Amino acid sequence: MAVNVTLEKLGEATLRRLEEVGEASRFVARVAASLVRVRWEAGQTVLQMARAGVDSVPLVLLTGLFSGMVLAYQTANQLLRLGGEGFVGGLIAVSMAREAAPVFTAVTVAGRVGAGFAAELGTMVVTEQVDALTVMGTDPLDYLVVPRTLALGVMLPVLVVLANAVGSLGGYAVSLVVGVPGSVYVDSVRQFLDLHDVVGGLVKSAVFGLLIALVACHKGLRASGGAAGVGQATTGAVVAAIAWVLAANYFLDVLLF
Amino acid sequence: MELSGRVDVVDLHKALGGQPVLQGVSLRVEPGEAVAILGPSGCGKTVLLRHLVGLLVPDRGEVRMDGEALHRLPPRRLREVRSQVGVVFQGAALFDSLTVAENVAFPLRRHRRLPESRIQEIVAEKLNLVGMGGTQDKMPAELSGGMRKRVGIARALALDPKIVLYDEPTAGLDPVTARAVDRLMMEVRARTRTTTVLVTHDLLTAFAVADRVAVMDAGRFVMTGTREEVRASPHPLVQAFLRSSALGGVVEEATREA
Repeated sequence: MAVNVTLEKLGEATLRRLEEVGEASRFVARVAASLVRVRWEAGQTVLQMARAGVDSVPLVLLTGLFSGMVLAYQTANQLLRLGGEGFVGGLIAVSMAREAAPVFTAVTVAGRVGAGFAAELGTMVVTEQVDALTVMGTDPLDYLVVPRTLALGVMLPVLVVLANAVGSLGGYAVSLVVGVPGSVYVDSVRQFLDLHDVVGGLVKSAVFGLLIALVACHKGLRASGGAAGVGQATTGAVVAAIAWVLAANYFLDVLLF
Repeated sequence: MELSGRVDVVDLHKALGGQPVLQGVSLRVEPGEAVAILGPSGCGKTVLLRHLVGLLVPDRGEVRMDGEALHRLPPRRLREVRSQVGVVFQGAALFDSLTVAENVAFPLRRHRRLPESRIQEIVAEKLNLVGMGGTQDKMPAELSGGMRKRVGIARALALDPKIVLYDEPTAGLDPVTARAVDRLMMEVRARTRTTTVLVTHDLLTAFAVADRVAVMDAGRFVMTGTREEVRASPHPLVQAFLRSSALGGVVEEATREA
Protein backbone atom coordinates (compact mmCIF):
# COMPACT_ATOMS: atom_id res chain seq x y z
CA MET A 1 0.00 0.00 0.00
CA ALA A 2 2.62 2.48 1.16
CA VAL A 3 4.72 1.72 -1.90
CA ASN A 4 1.72 2.34 -4.16
CA VAL A 5 0.98 5.68 -2.54
CA THR A 6 4.61 6.73 -2.81
CA LEU A 7 4.75 5.72 -6.46
CA GLU A 8 1.53 7.56 -7.16
CA LYS A 9 2.87 10.74 -5.54
CA LEU A 10 6.14 10.40 -7.40
CA GLY A 11 4.24 9.92 -10.66
CA GLU A 12 2.07 12.96 -10.02
CA ALA A 13 5.08 15.12 -9.16
CA THR A 14 6.90 13.94 -12.29
CA LEU A 15 3.87 14.69 -14.46
CA ARG A 16 3.55 18.16 -12.93
CA ARG A 17 7.23 18.85 -13.60
CA LEU A 18 6.92 17.62 -17.17
CA GLU A 19 3.87 19.81 -17.68
CA GLU A 20 5.84 22.79 -16.38
CA VAL A 21 8.75 21.99 -18.67
CA GLY A 22 6.35 21.65 -21.60
CA GLU A 23 4.66 24.92 -20.75
CA ALA A 24 7.99 26.75 -20.40
CA SER A 25 9.20 25.30 -23.72
CA ARG A 26 6.03 26.50 -25.45
CA PHE A 27 6.60 29.94 -23.93
CA VAL A 28 10.19 30.09 -25.23
CA ALA A 29 9.11 28.81 -28.65
CA ARG A 30 6.40 31.48 -28.91
CA VAL A 31 8.80 34.26 -27.92
CA ALA A 32 11.36 32.92 -30.42
CA ALA A 33 8.68 32.87 -33.14
CA SER A 34 7.76 36.49 -32.37
CA LEU A 35 11.44 37.47 -32.46
CA VAL A 36 11.97 35.76 -35.81
CA ARG A 37 8.80 37.27 -37.30
CA VAL A 38 10.21 40.65 -36.27
CA ARG A 39 7.14 41.48 -34.20
CA TRP A 40 9.18 44.00 -32.32
CA GLU A 41 7.54 46.83 -30.48
CA ALA A 42 10.22 49.41 -31.22
CA GLY A 43 9.05 51.96 -28.64
CA GLN A 44 8.76 49.39 -25.87
CA THR A 45 12.13 47.87 -26.77
CA VAL A 46 13.93 51.21 -26.59
CA LEU A 47 12.22 51.97 -23.27
CA GLN A 48 13.31 48.63 -21.85
CA MET A 49 16.85 49.08 -23.17
CA ALA A 50 17.03 52.32 -21.25
CA ARG A 51 15.55 50.86 -18.07
CA ALA A 52 17.40 47.55 -18.12
CA GLY A 53 20.64 48.75 -19.68
CA VAL A 54 21.32 52.41 -19.11
CA ASP A 55 19.87 52.46 -15.59
CA SER A 56 22.06 49.48 -14.63
CA VAL A 57 25.31 51.25 -15.58
CA PRO A 58 26.24 52.63 -12.13
CA LEU A 59 25.72 49.26 -10.42
CA VAL A 60 27.61 47.37 -13.12
CA LEU A 61 30.51 49.85 -12.96
CA LEU A 62 30.72 49.33 -9.22
CA THR A 63 30.62 45.51 -9.33
CA GLY A 64 33.00 45.43 -12.33
CA LEU A 65 35.50 47.70 -10.61
CA PHE A 66 35.59 45.65 -7.42
CA SER A 67 35.76 42.32 -9.28
CA GLY A 68 38.84 43.55 -11.15
CA MET A 69 40.36 44.90 -7.96
CA VAL A 70 39.90 41.71 -5.96
CA LEU A 71 41.21 39.58 -8.83
CA ALA A 72 44.32 41.77 -8.98
CA TYR A 73 44.80 41.77 -5.23
CA GLN A 74 44.74 37.96 -5.03
CA THR A 75 46.67 37.09 -8.19
CA ALA A 76 49.29 39.85 -8.00
CA ASN A 77 50.22 39.01 -4.42
CA GLN A 78 50.55 35.30 -5.21
CA LEU A 79 52.36 35.69 -8.52
CA LEU A 80 54.79 38.29 -7.20
CA ARG A 81 55.91 35.81 -4.55
CA LEU A 82 56.57 33.26 -7.30
CA GLY A 83 58.25 35.80 -9.54
CA GLY A 84 55.47 35.69 -12.09
CA GLU A 85 54.68 39.40 -12.32
CA GLY A 86 54.63 39.10 -16.11
CA PHE A 87 51.47 37.04 -15.87
CA VAL A 88 49.42 39.36 -13.64
CA GLY A 89 47.96 41.63 -16.33
CA GLY A 90 47.15 38.79 -18.68
CA LEU A 91 45.56 36.68 -16.01
CA ILE A 92 43.34 39.50 -14.82
CA ALA A 93 42.35 40.60 -18.32
CA VAL A 94 41.56 37.08 -19.53
CA SER A 95 39.65 36.21 -16.33
CA MET A 96 37.64 39.42 -16.56
CA ALA A 97 36.84 39.00 -20.26
CA ARG A 98 35.92 35.32 -20.14
CA GLU A 99 34.38 34.86 -16.72
CA ALA A 100 34.30 37.60 -14.12
CA ALA A 101 32.68 40.36 -16.16
CA PRO A 102 30.01 38.25 -17.90
CA VAL A 103 29.05 36.21 -14.83
CA PHE A 104 29.17 38.95 -12.18
CA THR A 105 27.33 41.36 -14.45
CA ALA A 106 24.70 38.74 -15.27
CA VAL A 107 24.16 37.93 -11.59
CA THR A 108 23.90 41.64 -10.74
CA VAL A 109 21.48 42.23 -13.61
CA ALA A 110 19.42 39.14 -12.67
CA GLY A 111 18.97 40.70 -9.23
CA ARG A 112 18.21 44.18 -10.43
CA VAL A 113 16.48 43.83 -13.78
CA GLY A 114 15.17 40.24 -13.56
CA ALA A 115 13.44 41.02 -10.28
CA GLY A 116 12.00 44.17 -11.84
CA PHE A 117 10.62 42.31 -14.87
CA ALA A 118 9.03 39.59 -12.74
CA ALA A 119 7.51 42.05 -10.28
CA GLU A 120 6.16 44.34 -13.00
CA LEU A 121 4.64 41.58 -15.10
CA GLY A 122 3.37 39.76 -12.01
CA THR A 123 1.59 42.92 -10.85
CA MET A 124 0.13 43.38 -14.31
CA VAL A 125 -1.21 39.83 -14.18
CA VAL A 126 -2.86 40.10 -10.77
CA THR A 127 -4.38 43.50 -11.58
CA GLU A 128 -5.77 42.12 -14.87
CA GLN A 129 -3.66 44.47 -17.01
CA VAL A 130 -2.39 41.48 -18.99
CA ASP A 131 -5.99 40.40 -19.63
CA ALA A 132 -6.77 43.97 -20.66
CA LEU A 133 -3.94 43.81 -23.22
CA THR A 134 -5.29 40.55 -24.60
CA VAL A 135 -8.86 41.76 -24.98
CA MET A 136 -7.57 44.88 -26.71
CA GLY A 137 -6.06 42.63 -29.35
CA THR A 138 -2.46 42.89 -28.15
CA ASP A 139 -0.49 39.72 -27.49
CA PRO A 140 1.20 40.17 -24.09
CA LEU A 141 4.14 38.15 -25.38
CA ASP A 142 4.70 40.56 -28.27
CA TYR A 143 4.09 43.66 -26.16
CA LEU A 144 5.75 42.72 -22.87
CA VAL A 145 8.10 39.77 -23.24
CA VAL A 146 9.73 40.26 -26.64
CA PRO A 147 10.87 43.87 -25.98
CA ARG A 148 12.33 42.91 -22.60
CA THR A 149 14.11 39.85 -24.01
CA LEU A 150 15.49 41.78 -26.93
CA ALA A 151 16.54 44.69 -24.71
CA LEU A 152 18.44 42.54 -22.24
CA GLY A 153 19.99 40.38 -24.98
CA VAL A 154 21.44 43.54 -26.51
CA MET A 155 22.22 45.52 -23.37
CA LEU A 156 23.91 42.87 -21.25
CA PRO A 157 26.92 42.60 -23.62
CA VAL A 158 27.17 46.40 -23.58
CA LEU A 159 27.20 46.36 -19.79
CA VAL A 160 29.85 43.62 -19.88
CA VAL A 161 32.08 45.79 -22.10
CA LEU A 162 31.85 48.50 -19.43
CA ALA A 163 32.53 45.98 -16.65
CA ASN A 164 35.58 44.75 -18.57
CA ALA A 165 36.89 48.26 -18.94
CA VAL A 166 36.51 49.34 -15.32
CA GLY A 167 37.57 45.89 -14.05
CA SER A 168 40.81 46.09 -16.00
CA LEU A 169 41.41 49.65 -14.78
CA GLY A 170 40.75 48.60 -11.18
CA GLY A 171 43.04 45.61 -11.62
CA TYR A 172 45.74 47.84 -13.06
CA ALA A 173 45.52 50.26 -10.15
CA VAL A 174 45.67 47.53 -7.49
CA SER A 175 48.56 45.79 -9.29
CA LEU A 176 50.52 49.05 -9.26
CA VAL A 177 49.92 49.41 -5.53
CA VAL A 178 50.95 45.79 -4.88
CA GLY A 179 54.14 46.32 -6.88
CA VAL A 180 53.68 45.23 -10.48
CA PRO A 181 55.21 47.85 -12.83
CA GLY A 182 52.67 49.41 -15.18
CA SER A 183 54.53 48.58 -18.39
CA VAL A 184 54.84 44.91 -17.32
CA TYR A 185 51.10 44.79 -16.65
CA VAL A 186 50.22 46.29 -20.05
CA ASP A 187 52.66 44.03 -21.92
CA SER A 188 51.21 41.01 -20.18
CA VAL A 189 47.66 42.01 -21.21
CA ARG A 190 48.82 42.41 -24.82
CA GLN A 191 50.54 39.03 -24.75
CA PHE A 192 47.74 36.94 -23.25
CA LEU A 193 44.44 38.62 -24.09
CA ASP A 194 42.94 37.54 -27.39
CA LEU A 195 40.04 39.09 -29.24
CA HIS A 196 38.50 35.63 -28.97
CA ASP A 197 38.39 35.95 -25.15
CA VAL A 198 36.51 39.23 -25.34
CA VAL A 199 34.10 38.13 -28.08
CA GLY A 200 33.44 34.82 -26.32
CA GLY A 201 32.59 36.71 -23.13
CA LEU A 202 30.21 38.96 -25.04
CA VAL A 203 28.48 36.03 -26.76
CA LYS A 204 28.00 34.44 -23.35
CA SER A 205 26.56 37.63 -21.92
CA ALA A 206 24.08 37.95 -24.79
CA VAL A 207 22.84 34.44 -23.98
CA PHE A 208 22.69 35.33 -20.27
CA GLY A 209 20.65 38.42 -21.11
CA LEU A 210 18.13 36.40 -23.09
CA LEU A 211 17.94 33.76 -20.34
CA ILE A 212 17.41 36.26 -17.52
CA ALA A 213 14.66 38.07 -19.41
CA LEU A 214 12.88 34.87 -20.44
CA VAL A 215 13.00 33.34 -16.96
CA ALA A 216 11.90 36.57 -15.26
CA CYS A 217 9.06 37.29 -17.71
CA HIS A 218 7.85 33.69 -17.55
CA LYS A 219 7.77 33.73 -13.75
CA GLY A 220 6.06 37.12 -13.75
CA LEU A 221 3.34 36.06 -16.19
CA ARG A 222 2.61 32.99 -14.09
CA ALA A 223 2.13 34.97 -10.88
CA SER A 224 -1.18 34.54 -9.14
CA GLY A 225 -2.83 35.42 -5.87
CA GLY A 226 -2.11 39.09 -5.23
CA ALA A 227 0.90 40.67 -3.54
CA ALA A 228 2.17 37.40 -2.05
CA GLY A 229 2.09 35.75 -5.47
CA VAL A 230 4.03 38.63 -7.01
CA GLY A 231 6.61 38.38 -4.22
CA GLN A 232 7.03 34.66 -4.79
CA ALA A 233 7.32 35.13 -8.54
CA THR A 234 9.99 37.79 -8.05
CA THR A 235 12.11 35.72 -5.67
CA GLY A 236 11.65 32.65 -7.87
CA ALA A 237 12.69 34.64 -10.93
CA VAL A 238 15.97 35.85 -9.41
CA VAL A 239 16.92 32.44 -8.02
CA ALA A 240 16.04 30.62 -11.25
CA ALA A 241 17.75 33.22 -13.44
CA ILE A 242 21.01 33.00 -11.46
CA ALA A 243 20.91 29.19 -11.52
CA TRP A 244 20.33 29.23 -15.29
CA VAL A 245 23.18 31.70 -15.81
CA LEU A 246 25.65 29.58 -13.83
CA ALA A 247 24.61 26.35 -15.53
CA ALA A 248 24.65 27.91 -19.00
CA ASN A 249 28.05 29.44 -18.22
CA TYR A 250 29.63 26.01 -17.88
CA PHE A 251 28.24 24.68 -21.15
CA LEU A 252 29.03 27.88 -23.05
CA ASP A 253 32.60 27.73 -21.76
CA VAL A 254 32.93 24.19 -23.08
CA LEU A 255 31.56 25.32 -26.42
CA LEU A 256 33.41 28.62 -26.79
CA PHE A 257 36.84 28.29 -25.19
CA MET B 1 -17.54 42.20 -40.40
CA GLU B 2 -19.43 44.19 -37.80
CA LEU B 3 -21.15 42.39 -34.94
CA SER B 4 -24.85 42.89 -34.32
CA GLY B 5 -24.31 42.53 -30.58
CA ARG B 6 -26.06 39.19 -30.16
CA VAL B 7 -24.40 36.84 -27.69
CA ASP B 8 -25.29 33.18 -27.17
CA VAL B 9 -23.89 31.14 -24.34
CA VAL B 10 -24.64 27.49 -24.99
CA ASP B 11 -24.34 24.81 -22.32
CA LEU B 12 -21.03 26.15 -21.02
CA HIS B 13 -18.95 23.91 -18.78
CA LYS B 14 -15.64 24.80 -17.20
CA ALA B 15 -13.55 23.31 -14.44
CA LEU B 16 -10.58 25.14 -12.94
CA GLY B 17 -7.97 23.31 -10.88
CA GLY B 18 -10.14 20.19 -10.98
CA GLN B 19 -13.14 22.01 -9.49
CA PRO B 20 -16.24 22.47 -11.67
CA VAL B 21 -16.95 26.21 -11.89
CA LEU B 22 -19.51 26.40 -14.70
CA GLN B 23 -21.91 23.48 -14.97
CA GLY B 24 -24.06 23.96 -18.04
CA VAL B 25 -24.74 27.69 -18.38
CA SER B 26 -26.91 28.92 -21.26
CA LEU B 27 -27.96 32.47 -21.98
CA ARG B 28 -29.02 34.55 -24.96
CA VAL B 29 -28.45 38.29 -25.05
CA GLU B 30 -30.19 40.19 -27.86
CA PRO B 31 -28.57 43.16 -29.64
CA GLY B 32 -28.89 46.27 -27.50
CA GLU B 33 -30.15 44.36 -24.49
CA ALA B 34 -28.67 44.76 -21.00
CA VAL B 35 -28.34 41.61 -18.95
CA ALA B 36 -26.97 41.38 -15.43
CA ILE B 37 -25.49 38.17 -14.10
CA LEU B 38 -26.12 38.33 -10.39
CA GLY B 39 -24.66 35.97 -7.87
CA PRO B 40 -22.61 35.58 -4.71
CA SER B 41 -18.80 35.63 -4.75
CA GLY B 42 -17.32 32.43 -6.15
CA CYS B 43 -20.48 31.38 -8.04
CA GLY B 44 -18.61 31.40 -11.36
CA LYS B 45 -19.91 34.65 -12.84
CA THR B 46 -16.49 36.18 -13.51
CA VAL B 47 -15.38 32.91 -15.12
CA LEU B 48 -18.44 33.18 -17.36
CA LEU B 49 -17.53 36.78 -18.27
CA ARG B 50 -13.98 35.71 -19.15
CA HIS B 51 -15.43 33.18 -21.59
CA LEU B 52 -17.48 35.94 -23.24
CA VAL B 53 -14.31 37.61 -24.45
CA GLY B 54 -12.29 34.48 -25.15
CA LEU B 55 -9.92 34.76 -22.19
CA LEU B 56 -10.92 31.23 -21.21
CA VAL B 57 -11.69 28.29 -23.47
CA PRO B 58 -14.71 26.21 -22.45
CA ASP B 59 -14.34 22.54 -21.55
CA ARG B 60 -17.73 21.95 -23.19
CA GLY B 61 -20.30 24.17 -24.85
CA GLU B 62 -19.53 27.49 -26.51
CA VAL B 63 -19.92 31.24 -26.58
CA ARG B 64 -21.20 32.57 -29.90
CA MET B 65 -21.13 36.11 -31.19
CA ASP B 66 -23.54 36.36 -34.12
CA GLY B 67 -23.39 32.58 -34.37
CA GLU B 68 -19.57 32.35 -34.48
CA ALA B 69 -18.07 30.21 -31.70
CA LEU B 70 -15.36 32.34 -30.08
CA HIS B 71 -12.95 29.56 -29.20
CA ARG B 72 -12.92 28.29 -32.78
CA LEU B 73 -12.14 31.63 -34.42
CA PRO B 74 -8.79 32.05 -36.17
CA PRO B 75 -6.55 34.59 -34.34
CA ARG B 76 -7.16 37.40 -36.83
CA ARG B 77 -10.94 37.11 -36.64
CA LEU B 78 -10.81 36.81 -32.85
CA ARG B 79 -8.84 40.05 -32.76
CA GLU B 80 -11.46 41.67 -35.00
CA VAL B 81 -14.30 40.42 -32.80
CA ARG B 82 -12.52 41.58 -29.65
CA SER B 83 -12.12 45.06 -31.11
CA GLN B 84 -15.93 45.25 -31.04
CA VAL B 85 -16.21 44.15 -27.43
CA GLY B 86 -15.29 46.58 -24.67
CA VAL B 87 -14.38 45.14 -21.30
CA VAL B 88 -14.43 47.07 -18.03
CA PHE B 89 -12.37 45.10 -15.52
CA GLN B 90 -13.12 44.91 -11.83
CA GLY B 91 -10.16 47.03 -10.74
CA ALA B 92 -10.33 48.98 -14.04
CA ALA B 93 -6.97 47.37 -15.07
CA LEU B 94 -5.59 50.69 -16.30
CA PHE B 95 -1.98 50.42 -17.47
CA ASP B 96 -0.25 52.17 -14.62
CA SER B 97 2.81 53.14 -16.64
CA LEU B 98 0.62 55.15 -19.04
CA THR B 99 -1.32 58.38 -18.53
CA VAL B 100 -5.12 58.50 -18.61
CA ALA B 101 -5.03 59.74 -22.22
CA GLU B 102 -2.57 57.03 -23.29
CA ASN B 103 -4.77 54.41 -21.65
CA VAL B 104 -7.86 55.53 -23.54
CA ALA B 105 -5.84 55.90 -26.75
CA PHE B 106 -4.30 52.43 -26.40
CA PRO B 107 -7.00 50.43 -28.24
CA LEU B 108 -7.24 53.15 -30.90
CA ARG B 109 -3.52 52.97 -31.60
CA ARG B 110 -3.68 49.17 -31.76
CA HIS B 111 -6.68 48.83 -34.03
CA ARG B 112 -7.03 52.01 -36.08
CA ARG B 113 -4.66 54.02 -38.18
CA LEU B 114 -5.66 57.52 -37.21
CA PRO B 115 -3.78 60.81 -37.14
CA GLU B 116 -2.69 61.83 -33.65
CA SER B 117 -5.05 64.83 -33.62
CA ARG B 118 -8.05 62.56 -34.27
CA ILE B 119 -6.93 60.16 -31.52
CA GLN B 120 -6.75 63.05 -29.06
CA GLU B 121 -10.24 64.18 -30.13
CA ILE B 122 -11.69 60.72 -29.50
CA VAL B 123 -9.87 60.48 -26.15
CA ALA B 124 -11.34 63.83 -25.07
CA GLU B 125 -14.80 62.83 -26.29
CA LYS B 126 -14.77 59.51 -24.39
CA LEU B 127 -13.38 61.10 -21.23
CA ASN B 128 -16.09 63.78 -21.38
CA LEU B 129 -18.71 61.06 -21.80
CA VAL B 130 -17.68 59.50 -18.48
CA GLY B 131 -17.25 62.86 -16.72
CA MET B 132 -13.46 62.72 -16.67
CA GLY B 133 -12.67 65.50 -19.17
CA GLY B 134 -9.40 67.30 -18.48
CA THR B 135 -7.71 64.40 -16.69
CA GLN B 136 -5.72 63.36 -19.78
CA ASP B 137 -2.30 63.91 -18.22
CA LYS B 138 -2.97 62.26 -14.88
CA MET B 139 -1.46 58.90 -13.99
CA PRO B 140 -3.83 56.11 -12.85
CA ALA B 141 -2.19 56.12 -9.40
CA GLU B 142 -3.42 59.70 -8.89
CA LEU B 143 -7.08 58.69 -9.35
CA SER B 144 -9.63 57.39 -6.84
CA GLY B 145 -11.34 54.00 -7.33
CA GLY B 146 -14.43 55.58 -8.87
CA MET B 147 -12.39 57.76 -11.22
CA ARG B 148 -10.33 54.78 -12.34
CA LYS B 149 -13.52 52.92 -13.08
CA ARG B 150 -14.73 55.83 -15.19
CA VAL B 151 -11.48 55.91 -17.16
CA GLY B 152 -11.78 52.12 -17.57
CA ILE B 153 -15.22 52.65 -19.08
CA ALA B 154 -13.88 55.38 -21.39
CA ARG B 155 -11.13 53.01 -22.57
CA ALA B 156 -13.64 50.21 -23.13
CA LEU B 157 -15.70 52.61 -25.28
CA ALA B 158 -12.77 53.96 -27.29
CA LEU B 159 -13.44 51.76 -30.33
CA ASP B 160 -17.23 52.25 -30.20
CA PRO B 161 -17.85 48.59 -29.37
CA LYS B 162 -21.08 46.73 -30.08
CA ILE B 163 -20.91 44.90 -26.76
CA VAL B 164 -19.70 46.18 -23.39
CA LEU B 165 -18.89 43.77 -20.58
CA TYR B 166 -18.60 44.99 -17.00
CA ASP B 167 -16.94 42.83 -14.35
CA GLU B 168 -18.21 43.82 -10.88
CA PRO B 169 -18.51 47.50 -11.85
CA THR B 170 -19.39 48.67 -8.34
CA ALA B 171 -17.22 46.34 -6.26
CA GLY B 172 -14.96 48.18 -3.83
CA LEU B 173 -16.74 51.51 -4.29
CA ASP B 174 -18.63 53.42 -1.61
CA PRO B 175 -22.43 53.30 -2.08
CA VAL B 176 -22.69 56.84 -3.40
CA THR B 177 -19.96 56.32 -5.99
CA ALA B 178 -21.45 52.91 -6.83
CA ARG B 179 -24.82 54.51 -7.69
CA ALA B 180 -23.01 57.15 -9.75
CA VAL B 181 -21.33 54.35 -11.73
CA ASP B 182 -24.77 52.73 -12.18
CA ARG B 183 -26.08 55.98 -13.65
CA LEU B 184 -23.02 56.23 -15.88
CA MET B 185 -23.60 52.71 -17.22
CA MET B 186 -27.22 53.61 -17.96
CA GLU B 187 -26.18 56.80 -19.73
CA VAL B 188 -23.54 55.00 -21.76
CA ARG B 189 -26.05 52.40 -22.82
CA ALA B 190 -28.68 55.00 -23.72
CA ARG B 191 -26.20 56.96 -25.83
CA THR B 192 -24.33 54.14 -27.50
CA ARG B 193 -27.08 51.49 -27.85
CA THR B 194 -24.58 48.76 -27.06
CA THR B 195 -25.37 45.30 -25.81
CA THR B 196 -24.45 45.31 -22.13
CA VAL B 197 -23.53 42.32 -19.99
CA LEU B 198 -22.59 42.97 -16.42
CA VAL B 199 -21.50 40.60 -13.74
CA THR B 200 -22.27 41.79 -10.23
CA HIS B 201 -23.16 40.79 -6.70
CA ASP B 202 -24.87 44.14 -6.23
CA LEU B 203 -28.63 43.75 -6.68
CA LEU B 204 -29.13 47.51 -6.94
CA THR B 205 -26.73 47.72 -9.87
CA ALA B 206 -28.39 44.76 -11.56
CA PHE B 207 -31.86 46.26 -11.15
CA ALA B 208 -30.77 49.76 -12.15
CA VAL B 209 -28.95 48.87 -15.33
CA ALA B 210 -30.30 45.60 -16.70
CA ASP B 211 -33.42 44.67 -18.65
CA ARG B 212 -33.04 41.10 -17.51
CA VAL B 213 -31.27 39.54 -14.56
CA ALA B 214 -29.79 36.04 -14.57
CA VAL B 215 -29.23 34.79 -11.04
CA MET B 216 -26.29 32.42 -10.70
CA ASP B 217 -25.36 29.99 -7.98
CA ALA B 218 -22.67 27.30 -7.93
CA GLY B 219 -22.04 27.44 -11.67
CA ARG B 220 -25.69 27.36 -12.80
CA PHE B 221 -28.43 29.89 -13.45
CA VAL B 222 -31.17 29.46 -10.88
CA MET B 223 -33.45 31.89 -12.71
CA THR B 224 -33.51 34.46 -15.49
CA GLY B 225 -36.11 37.18 -15.69
CA THR B 226 -37.06 40.83 -15.53
CA ARG B 227 -36.75 42.86 -12.34
CA GLU B 228 -40.36 42.11 -11.45
CA GLU B 229 -39.91 38.40 -12.07
CA VAL B 230 -36.79 38.37 -9.87
CA ARG B 231 -38.63 40.26 -7.12
CA ALA B 232 -41.44 37.71 -7.25
CA SER B 233 -39.15 34.69 -7.25
CA PRO B 234 -39.46 32.45 -4.22
CA HIS B 235 -35.94 31.04 -4.74
CA PRO B 236 -34.05 31.25 -1.41
CA LEU B 237 -30.89 32.78 -2.93
CA VAL B 238 -32.93 35.46 -4.72
CA GLN B 239 -34.82 36.20 -1.54
CA ALA B 240 -31.54 36.42 0.39
CA PHE B 241 -30.23 38.96 -2.14
CA LEU B 242 -33.46 40.99 -1.94
CA ARG B 243 -33.35 41.07 1.86
CA SER B 244 -29.64 42.01 2.00
CA SER B 245 -30.25 44.86 -0.42
CA ALA B 246 -33.11 46.38 1.58
CA LEU B 247 -30.70 48.72 3.38
CA GLY B 248 -28.96 49.49 0.10
CA GLY B 249 -32.33 50.55 -1.29
CA VAL B 250 -32.60 53.21 1.39
CA VAL B 251 -29.16 54.48 0.40
CA GLU B 252 -30.22 54.53 -3.23
CA GLU B 253 -33.31 56.62 -2.42
CA ALA B 254 -31.17 59.03 -0.40
CA THR B 255 -28.67 59.35 -3.23
CA ARG B 256 -31.41 60.02 -5.75
CA GLU B 257 -32.88 62.77 -3.58
CA ALA B 258 -29.45 64.33 -3.07
